[in-house]
Amino acid sequence: MLILECPCCGVKAEETELAPGGEAHLKRFGPGSSDEEFEAYMFARKNPKGVHFERWRHAYGCGKWFLAARCTATLEVFGTYPAQTTEPPAELIAKIKAKRPDWKGWK
Amino acid sequence: MRRYSVFALAREALRYHSGWGRAWTSPEPKKHYDVIIVGAGGHGLATAYYLGKNHGIRNVAVIEKGWLGGGNTGRNTTIIRSNYLQDSSSAIFEKARSLYENLSQDLNYNIMFSPRGLLMLAQTHHEVRGYKRTVHANQLQGVATEWLSPEQVKKVVPIINLHGPRYPVLGGQWQARGGTARHDAVAWGYARACSDMGMDIIQNCEVTAVRQQNGVVTGVETTRGEIGCNKLGIVVAGHSGVLAEMAGFRLPVESMALQALVSEPIKPVIDIVVMANTVHGYISQSDKGELVIGGGTDGFNNYTQRGSFHHVEETLRALVETFPIISRLKMLRQWGGIVDMTGDRSPIISKTPLGNCFINCGWGTGGFKAIPGSGWAMAELVAKGAPGALASEFDMWRFKEGRFIDESVAAGVAH
Repeated sequence: MLILECPCCGVKAEETELAPGGEAHLKRFGPGSSDEEFEAYMFARKNPKGVHFERWRHAYGCGKWFLAARCTATLEVFGTYPAQTTEPPAELIAKIKAKRPDWKGWK
Repeated sequence: MRRYSVFALAREALRYHSGWGRAWTSPEPKKHYDVIIVGAGGHGLATAYYLGKNHGIRNVAVIEKGWLGGGNTGRNTTIIRSNYLQDSSSAIFEKARSLYENLSQDLNYNIMFSPRGLLMLAQTHHEVRGYKRTVHANQLQGVATEWLSPEQVKKVVPIINLHGPRYPVLGGQWQARGGTARHDAVAWGYARACSDMGMDIIQNCEVTAVRQQNGVVTGVETTRGEIGCNKLGIVVAGHSGVLAEMAGFRLPVESMALQALVSEPIKPVIDIVVMANTVHGYISQSDKGELVIGGGTDGFNNYTQRGSFHHVEETLRALVETFPIISRLKMLRQWGGIVDMTGDRSPIISKTPLGNCFINCGWGTGGFKAIPGSGWAMAELVAKGAPGALASEFDMWRFKEGRFIDESVAAGVAH
């Protein structure tokens, strides 16, 4: 069972408390952007087999959004962090690199 | 290839079944093929089959990282239907369903197509309006579906509880020629026919890179060496994103786990397929007597072919309230498959930014029913380099241009 620690309230929440919210760190493109940028923002997804950064909501807990780093091939959770950031924290990236030397980085 | 027939059966019965031979060969890969299809599931094998049968292209290899039909082809709930709302989807799904009608004869392989009838329950007024609209659309598209009243629903599926604890049954959309087929046999039948045409089916051969020159594909690197090709077809369902990354482009696809399960075998209780999309579960009974059960996807990216327990619980809760008679059944097996979900929940059969590289993916939770039609359309695309009538709406650029084939909301199909 998937267990994520909510960085907002500190609760170790299991999957039935959580609502998945898709890929994290998407940059929003709105009016004035090119068709390619808008399409990529709306639909193109990394969908990696491996390390994935994603949005979750502690739906049946504190109700807050947060972000998580997880491996889609093994379901290993690397860590969670608050949503008020545009990129993953450096120590989390270092931790993932230590565990997955072949990993190409989050971008 | 030795034809399967009653005479062959009689002949083999008299000599201890010693003369059957293998249904398909397992050759070493050659250096170069006209066409390589990546993925020996139903869609990939059907693509190869119709390349040979309809377009005369037989220097073809189908390469597969695991075993033949071991992915979603062997993991689905075997439902076949074509009661879609949008013209382009009902065209390709009805093409597939109509090909299923004669597929056993066509392939000389019993795929056990069973057009037992398929019922989609309407349990809210929104669903009633939606399904009636689909029935009207199907009339115009030449797809035979009809609307059933609650009394008629009770007649075709007597074990149903019309007055469930959460949602009443207000009617249903009925496709009399929908049903099921033996999923493994579809892959095996196509594989045997492809092998008979001289195509190479290469299992345990994982693609590790896509080779290209001047924006045109030249071959693939695999765990069994490099293989060159003039054209490449990627038909790998849940791993489409992985192959697309190798080929250097991105897809509007996310991979998620979809679970299915079967009960212990019991005597016949339900002789049609029932889908209940509001409470979210679907059910049919296999020839062995097991109830074959499916539900919705787990909502997050996943490549593990396992699913979360609470989704199974949700599916069974839905079915127990709809069919109280099954409440004491034990479940026998549960498994997951990785489905490739697109932004509009419709498939992609398309050219790609890489020259002579084509992709067929995005069938999401509903790929099995589409196998023959999908292979037919993909073969035409690969052979001619341009999509035919069936595939023309399903290109990957529809997301940029806003030409969505919006089945996820319109038809209320189970996702």
